[in-house]
Amino acid sequence: MKAGTKFALGAVLIVGSVGYLMASGIKQTGQYFLTPSELAQRVSVDPTFYDLGMKVGARVVPGTVQKEIATQTLRFHITDGTVSYPVIFKGLPPDTFTDSVEVVVEGRLEKDGVIHATDVLAKCGSRYEAVPKA
Amino acid sequence: MTLLGYFSLWLALVVGLWGAITGFVGGAQGRADLQQSARHATFALFGALLIAVISLEVAIFRHDFSVQYVASRTSRNLPTFYLWSALYSGQEGSLLFWAAVLSLFAALTQLLTGGRYRVYLPYVAAVTSLVASFFVSVMLFAANPFKRLAFTPMDGQGMNPQLQNPGMVFHPPMLYLGYISITIPFAFAIAALLTKKLDTEWMVAVRKWTIVSWLFLSIGLLIGMWWAYVELGWGGYWAWDPVENAALLPWLVMTAYLHSVMIQEKRGMLKKWNLALILGAWVLSIFGTFLTRSGVIASVHSFTESPVGYYFLFFLVAATAATAVLYVTRLPLLQAEATLESMVSREASFLFNNLLLIGLAFSVLWGTLFPIISEAVVGVKITYGPPTFNFVNIPLGLTLLLMTGIGPLIAWRRASTANLRRQFAVPVTVGVFALLILLVGGMRDGWALGAFSLGAFVVGTVVQEFARGARARNRQYGEALPLAVLQLLSRNRRRYGGYIVHIGIVLLFVGFAGMAFKTETEATLRPGESAELRARDGHMYTFTHLGISQYNALNRQVTAALLDVRRDGKEIGRLRTEKRQHVDALGNRTFEPSTEVGIMSGLRVDLYVVLAGLVNGTEQAVFRFTINPLVWWVWFGGFVLVIGGLIVLWPGGAPVALKGSRASHVQAGYAVKLEAER
Repeated sequence: MKAGTKFALGAVLIVGSVGYLMASGIKQTGQYFLTPSELAQRVSVDPTFYDLGMKVGARVVPGTVQKEIATQTLRFHITDGTVSYPVIFKGLPPDTFTDSVEVVVEGRLEKDGVIHATDVLAKCGSRYEAVPKA
Repeated sequence: MTLLGYFSLWLALVVGLWGAITGFVGGAQGRADLQQSARHATFALFGALLIAVISLEVAIFRHDFSVQYVASRTSRNLPTFYLWSALYSGQEGSLLFWAAVLSLFAALTQLLTGGRYRVYLPYVAAVTSLVASFFVSVMLFAANPFKRLAFTPMDGQGMNPQLQNPGMVFHPPMLYLGYISITIPFAFAIAALLTKKLDTEWMVAVRKWTIVSWLFLSIGLLIGMWWAYVELGWGGYWAWDPVENAALLPWLVMTAYLHSVMIQEKRGMLKKWNLALILGAWVLSIFGTFLTRSGVIASVHSFTESPVGYYFLFFLVAATAATAVLYVTRLPLLQAEATLESMVSREASFLFNNLLLIGLAFSVLWGTLFPIISEAVVGVKITYGPPTFNFVNIPLGLTLLLMTGIGPLIAWRRASTANLRRQFAVPVTVGVFALLILLVGGMRDGWALGAFSLGAFVVGTVVQEFARGARARNRQYGEALPLAVLQLLSRNRRRYGGYIVHIGIVLLFVGFAGMAFKTETEATLRPGESAELRARDGHMYTFTHLGISQYNALNRQVTAALLDVRRDGKEIGRLRTEKRQHVDALGNRTFEPSTEVGIMSGLRVDLYVVLAGLVNGTEQAVFRFTINPLVWWVWFGGFVLVIGGLIVLWPGGAPVALKGSRASHVQAGYAVKLEAER
């Protein structure tokens, strides 16, 4: 076999493993990223959708944030304007977390209708620019 | 002043377009007068943009809050240090900074490139002027840094506290310098395509520039990682955030290029590939800028969503299409002068290294765009988060580490079995030995074992190379060994500087692997109470809450907690962590409170403490304690990598021997003399 052919085989092997790794990586660790409306729709169509790891992107409903510092529990509601869900999160929220900020909540929707979050990210579009004073 | 700045932007646009037109036309028609004009246009462009930068800085330092940019990014009580970085801390200013630096590089290229490479210069002037004009036009039509407010506020809104960190003063310019300097090799590549002078000479002309941009990208990435670690408080330094990825992409491609260009120089192969890498690195740098500024993908870095994104998207698409067409039409001129002779050769190992780097780059690009792609194709967004990135990239990264060791050991063209045995015996033994020690020591994490033993293997190859070279000099010239090592470095900077970069990479991997052994706990403590946390190496750390102090500083109210730290019962020091509430000159609160992490850094572990908050305003405080093993080695490895890069970059040293018809001319040495590190 010519060196060029052998090299082509090696190249195919590398490209193939990169592709395989990406495909199985997504399968094993990828998560749905949904809005509350999409989540509600999926749950109503498919009841097995509970208890599945996912991310939900939405806005915090102003005035719903309850912080219990002693137990480090954070409760708030998120909404996309039409559907809203209560969220419970144990842990430290990021500095940028306030009510009315956009968040990405990572966790599971359980049968009690509450999203039990394992992580909360404050997704502030203007994070590195001053927030205009209201 | 702002009027002057605004006027000079218009001047820059006119001059830039003039430079683009005269450069292209002058080059195509061979008209010396137009070529001269294009050259002068790059100087004028730099002058105009320099005036614009000075105007903006003057407005910032004078606290001229009638300028929107100044009012929304700074305040009267902002420390002077950060008034400098305010220039590039927002959208408009960073565009100006970008354009100005590009024009500086463009002017330097015209001044410093001499001799035979001058044929490319009109086109280089044209391309750099065109790119700079684009940035200027974005400022003029979508993001004017000199825009005035209808009224003059008493005080500005201040700088985001997270940007008030020394890392943020240096991270953006370093990264920008890396991004921007890719434009110079890109401009030469376009010039080579247009002039059809596609032999290896243009690559020699831009060799230093490619290393400059690789080095600045490296420094920018490292400082960015350090900033994320000390400032953001989540306990890590890399989160596979889209904009981190966007900076990593050109770095990976440039790294591939720096290796594969050697094959072209030595053997006249891979011409198409190398050209594509340079073009691709530049396109990725513009893509990264687009990602950062458009808000297309949610990211911690994103600027406010703005029409600027559309400009960049248009520019990205247009530039990519034009480049691709030009490249394809010239493909027949890019014939290899040699073929691959054996799989067991330096060439083949470099090719595999290139494939891995590009595969890694592709997986990072794919992962970054995946939420968009999956939404477009299957109608639902699927995340491609850090777990997925790690799943894909850790195996690829470790294979690459293996290649880092193998590459330098294999001979060019075709390696014999005897040669292989001679080269591999010691390093492989070192690697296996390291693996056994770690296994006996009780380490069971597969990836970490891989990283450490492959790292030992690579260190073995480098030490062997240095030892052999030094011994040869010792025999030949009778130099003492330390002198011989220094001579090796100075005589063959590219090779031995490159080996030092490899050592830096190994140390980085050691640091990355350390994160596999991270431990974490959270605790609510009253003064006098303690929390305990056991590190994975068996040591027990005890943190005792000593109390809270509150005071006012220049532009912030500080709540600080002091902790006593003990290892296995013995006091090793004190840690302090803060919550900062930033205020304006009148004492009104600005921004959300930010956290100052308390870090005690050591060779084995970093102790990392975050003050999360006080319970109902009492001294009872909530902390998060993290033990991050081996993080110090990331910064040290980065330092070594930069030193290695500087050695490669240092002017002088042995000339590059070129394969091909013109090889004899090149013995004169480098044509581009660049003192990048003044």
